[in-house]
Amino acid sequence: MFMPLIRKGAEADLFLEDWYGLKTIRKMRKQKAYRITSLDTSIRRERTSHEAQIMHEAKLAGVPTPTIYMVDMATTSIIMEYIEGTRIKEALNELSSIKRENLCNLLGQLVGKLHLKGIIHGDLTTSNMIEGMNDKIFIIDFGLAEYSEELEKRGVDLLLLKRALQSTHYAYAKECYDAVVKGYSKEMKNEATKEVTQRVKEIENRGRYAVER
Amino acid sequence: MQSHVNSEKDTPLICLGIESTAHTFGVGIASSSGKIIANVNSTYRPPPEKGIHPREAAQHHCEIAPKILKQALQDASTSIEKIDFIAFSAGPGLGPTLRTGATIARALAVWLDKPLVPVHHAIGHIEIASLTAGTSDPLVILVSGGHTTITAYGNGRWRIFGETEDITLGNFLEKFAREAKISSSESIFLAPIIERLAKLGKEYIDLPYVVKGNDVSYSGLLTAAIRKVKEGKRIEDICYSLQEVSFAMLAEASERALAHTEKREVLLTGGAAANERLQEMIRYIAEEHEARFFVVPKTYSGDCGAQIAWTGILAYLKGVKVEVEKSIIRPRWRLDQVRIPWR
Repeated sequence: MFMPLIRKGAEADLFLEDWYGLKTIRKMRKQKAYRITSLDTSIRRERTSHEAQIMHEAKLAGVPTPTIYMVDMATTSIIMEYIEGTRIKEALNELSSIKRENLCNLLGQLVGKLHLKGIIHGDLTTSNMIEGMNDKIFIIDFGLAEYSEELEKRGVDLLLLKRALQSTHYAYAKECYDAVVKGYSKEMKNEATKEVTQRVKEIENRGRYAVER
Repeated sequence: MQSHVNSEKDTPLICLGIESTAHTFGVGIASSSGKIIANVNSTYRPPPEKGIHPREAAQHHCEIAPKILKQALQDASTSIEKIDFIAFSAGPGLGPTLRTGATIARALAVWLDKPLVPVHHAIGHIEIASLTAGTSDPLVILVSGGHTTITAYGNGRWRIFGETEDITLGNFLEKFAREAKISSSESIFLAPIIERLAKLGKEYIDLPYVVKGNDVSYSGLLTAAIRKVKEGKRIEDICYSLQEVSFAMLAEASERALAHTEKREVLLTGGAAANERLQEMIRYIAEEHEARFFVVPKTYSGDCGAQIAWTGILAYLKGVKVEVEKSIIRPRWRLDQVRIPWR
């Protein structure tokens, strides 16, 4: 079968496939030769089944995610809908300041929706968000996601996004993060948002060699 | 390799660098032509099964300093008057040891009437590795006693893509060794003993694997590994398993950062970079993403004077210096807060 590799991710490869006439992505967790086999197998199996389940839950929470067609444990892969669009990592840099703010606001809302339903994404970088048709934002890669309503985990999740903005979109990281928080508060409401952003600061200051700010 | 000759002068500038962030006191001498001409270091050895006591380490540095300084000048076949400026590790690290190094650096600068250059210790690890391994724009995996950090340069600063949320990989290995009562008569560092024992391991023991996005966490793994010792599992198997898990965690986080940054070079540096199994894993992820793998030569992997001297050269050529009165030490100086005018 013709299976073009469209993206080599950190832990999985993405193949573009025709699946009974549907344009699909096969996300296949490959064996990692640097990990010993028993450790590797258990990590891949666990993450594959977990990811499929949590992607579905996210959709129920109102966050667009690719629709899953099949989970294939033999090859530790998930076959899912192909999303036509641009990664936010690239999209963000092309926008005017106003549009960028709106987009980040929307990203914050989506994160808020996840958190409200007790889902922690675990890897919120701008590479894991796709702007699809009609300005619909899809969140992908739930490989490190988990269920939790702990303040700490919400804080870490939001901090990951803040860090991704600071490291990759440093020119306008602050305005982007502020907009994310604003969008987040629309879903989580002010009180909870304050708690989470306060925790984000605390975690940052707890990190090695952090200076109180 | 690029040349770093100062265009305004015919003769290259010479920098004397002092390292004293933790248990190593070192003096390095570097030239702006890109050569390390001296690198003399002495490491304080804590009593068996104990960690570093900051005050005692500082005492060691104080006592050993004149000897190290003399030896470095002798190795470089130069005299103290020929030094153009003094660099010192201003942080991050232990207050008492940093103060010892800084005091010596200030005294030399005043006495010789030469400029004083503050250097961030981690940037020293990166720059000495970059110079000696020959990289230009790498994703850096820094594994030293004080850092477990995945970083890449962008727009004036080293940007952090991942790091440990609690203890460093180096800490983790050393603490485990002490708790497991692994000791050595020949080595100050115990991580190499773990590496040796790990090679004799046969059976993999399940241990917690904790990766959070691009970050790793080692404290839970430390507790679990110590529990395995108490349960009476074979020490070789525990060492083997804890290396496999802790290194694979870092390799995974590094691979994520590499996929995200799409850098073409990967540079492994810091004291723990000397571990062959870790090198093997990081090399593997680099090759998977068609990036070239580099590792700091063993001579420069641990804390050393040369890393401060060389970074001092890079900084000074771009006008970085500090007045003696303002030359404070920064025990909690974060890597991504340092402005880098030379990259």
